[in-house]
Amino acid sequence: MSEKMSENMAEDAAGKQKQKQKQKQKFDLLITGVGGQGAILASDIIGKAAVSAGLSIRAAETHGMAQRGGSVENHIRIGTDLGSMIPKKGADLLLALEPMEAVRYLNYLKDGGIIIVNTETIVPVTVSSGMAKYPEVSKILEALEKKYEVKAFNADEVATEAGNRLAMNVVMVGAVSNYLPIPVEALLESVKGLVPPKTIGINVKAFELGREKVKSIL
Amino acid sequence: MKTREYMLGNVAIARGLLEGGVQVVSGYPGTPSSEIVDTLAARKERDYYVEWSVNEKVAMEVAVGAAWAGVRSAVTMKHVGLNVAADPFMTLAYAGVKGGMIIIVADDPSCHSSQNEQDSRRYAQFALVPCFDPSTPQEAKDMLPYAFEFSEKFETPVIFRPTTRISHGKSDVELGDLPLEKPCCNFEKLLDRWVMLPKNARARHTHILSAQAGIEDALAEAPWNSLEIKEGTNFGVIGSGIASVYAKEALEELGLEASFLKIGAYPIPKKLVRELLENVDAVLIFEELEPVVEEQVKMIAQERGLSVRIFGKMDGTVSREGELNVSSFLEALGKVFDLPEVPESLEGGAEAAEAAEGANKVAKEAVEAEKAEEGIKQLELAPRPPALCAGCSHRATFYSMKKVFGKDAVYPSDIGCYTLGIQNGTVETTLCMGGSISVASGLYHAGEKRPICCSIGDSTFFHTGMNSLLNAIYNKANITVTILDNRITGMTGHQPNPGMGRTATGEPTVEVSLAELCKAMGAGSVTVVDPYDPAETQEAFRAAKDFDGVAVVIAKQPCVISAKRAGIRRVPYMVDLDKCEGCKQCLKFGCPAIEFDGGNNVAQITALCSGCGVCARICKFDAIREVKK
Repeated sequence: MSEKMSENMAEDAAGKQKQKQKQKQKFDLLITGVGGQGAILASDIIGKAAVSAGLSIRAAETHGMAQRGGSVENHIRIGTDLGSMIPKKGADLLLALEPMEAVRYLNYLKDGGIIIVNTETIVPVTVSSGMAKYPEVSKILEALEKKYEVKAFNADEVATEAGNRLAMNVVMVGAVSNYLPIPVEALLESVKGLVPPKTIGINVKAFELGREKVKSIL
Repeated sequence: MKTREYMLGNVAIARGLLEGGVQVVSGYPGTPSSEIVDTLAARKERDYYVEWSVNEKVAMEVAVGAAWAGVRSAVTMKHVGLNVAADPFMTLAYAGVKGGMIIIVADDPSCHSSQNEQDSRRYAQFALVPCFDPSTPQEAKDMLPYAFEFSEKFETPVIFRPTTRISHGKSDVELGDLPLEKPCCNFEKLLDRWVMLPKNARARHTHILSAQAGIEDALAEAPWNSLEIKEGTNFGVIGSGIASVYAKEALEELGLEASFLKIGAYPIPKKLVRELLENVDAVLIFEELEPVVEEQVKMIAQERGLSVRIFGKMDGTVSREGELNVSSFLEALGKVFDLPEVPESLEGGAEAAEAAEGANKVAKEAVEAEKAEEGIKQLELAPRPPALCAGCSHRATFYSMKKVFGKDAVYPSDIGCYTLGIQNGTVETTLCMGGSISVASGLYHAGEKRPICCSIGDSTFFHTGMNSLLNAIYNKANITVTILDNRITGMTGHQPNPGMGRTATGEPTVEVSLAELCKAMGAGSVTVVDPYDPAETQEAFRAAKDFDGVAVVIAKQPCVISAKRAGIRRVPYMVDLDKCEGCKQCLKFGCPAIEFDGGNNVAQITALCSGCGVCARICKFDAIREVKK
């Protein structure tokens, strides 16, 4: 074997290793919820942290008319340099800020994928005006658990415990931090950089409580 | 080391304009294009001029003035905005430019926030103007300095066409340098260029037709168009703009080898298309919206007498509606390889067949997944459509309007958040920006006997509603025109307009009075009301309904989102449980902050309440009151 060839092979192996590493860091996350719940901030925290950790990232958001209190979906793709839209059955994890919004986008989630879901409901106008019914949360969770790994808790309550109910989205980022290929320090730095300066303390606590909460759910 | 930042596609586009040395930027807000001007206007240090114009036609002309003076300009709008600006655009293509000029037109496949899904590449083709079609936010940013140079080199305006997933996608973006020097304004009086008399127009038409070949050759060499011929397969893929990355991802996922032509700039590089067609027996074309590339490819194949099988939107392999994604490419691939006559003729042997099987499997799995999910969907999810905010003044105006005009009336409306008033029964037509008043006039002149009450937002009125009102008054229509004056351009992200007394960059300016403007145009009756006061508002609507001629009701109350941002805090309301009779009158108002507690047969008000107080004024039992501190 010539030197050149073995060099090439070594490079090849290194390349494959690198490719493998890249594959390993690939993670597709779908965040769903209701317009106004802070899904975009949650996605920004993860996006900025990914960049500071040297990972490539793509994300897609809902703007304009679609976001006015309507159902929203944010796609976040870590470790890709192609498109921002997760293919059907492609998401590794579904982070649902609202229980009914967990069910609406299941077609994006892999079989056996993970669902982290906030159990606090937001009743749509179609329900309060009597046109439709809100399914029971226990039934939603029961149905989800048949096919997926479900981590359900009331993130609004956890946020209140941290000091402000509005920090619910950061609780959920803390919860998902257990699964992301991003160092937790980078995520925390990103939280500090993106929330209003006066609320850093509350949000850091919200993040940590969310992170612990998921660990405690078997 | 280059700086990498996590940014919104539109922020990356704004950055690309800066790196390209832009000097004048104008635009009219429209999803998904709005954040480009927002970003540039919000920068504290600016060595360029930026404005929100009153409509896209005006914005285009402002940018033309700058480009004719030899500086670099850009104008932004959504796809339908180019319809408004089509008049200057089509003739600008003849006249051309001196300084580089980029027309940024954001397309919205799937109508996420639009009234149609037209394809701006058609306009580029129509006007003989080059078009850039980015595939990622990074490429979008990188294309813009190139596009400025290209525009100057060929003295032609260019279209830059991001789609929703570029404009509202986010990505890590590597930044480039900002230019240190920019040219000075130097307007040369080139009358044969800037005065489109028939004589000059004929000469310019000849010129732009003859320039096309050079433009196409230059773009064939541009980094945005690239061809990769793969040995050992006779299957090819053509992907344009963002669709190209969906196709790439699907091919990578399957491990399917295919020759690949990526198109990012038009007119399409015929040379590269020919080379691809000569190397394959079948080609799948993947592009957002219209089969623009596909039509060209078919023409080239015909010219060359090539019998390549061409799959795309025209034969139904790819849907012509909605937006594309990785899954839709897999589905298309599944269709291509499922066709009985294709696999045999395709070389590449086992690998291609295996990959095709893979594509089929993935596509079928996706379909099955949808079916499997139906079990879960038996939960019967309640729809969650977008709705007007709690405390939105539009809801209050619509409530009073409906009370006075009732079911036996006709309600033309317009484009804005208030189009959501379709849920309140007061939006019965929506055609285009400013169309409400003219459609109302047409209905009246056609002989409609029921009262006609139309609605239009403040920004939409300034955009193109003004001339419709002038026409209605001049031609003696008998209608009520409601201006929903929420003191902002709401839906697109709260941009200022001429009624607000400040410019895009926050400088104070003249605050145009809607009431005085309507009076000056000759409206016989103009009333300004506070929609949070249903009694006053209904009184004004009654007078307008009885008025013979065009009566204008201006419902003035700031958007709740911008009011909150401006520091206006109202005391929220609550239901007095002892007084509530459970009549559900307040629920019919449709505010998202009001819910019904069926168990106790009472209404309740949630934390969403912004304190507008309209429900308290509607309640017949005096059961809604402010929360006591």
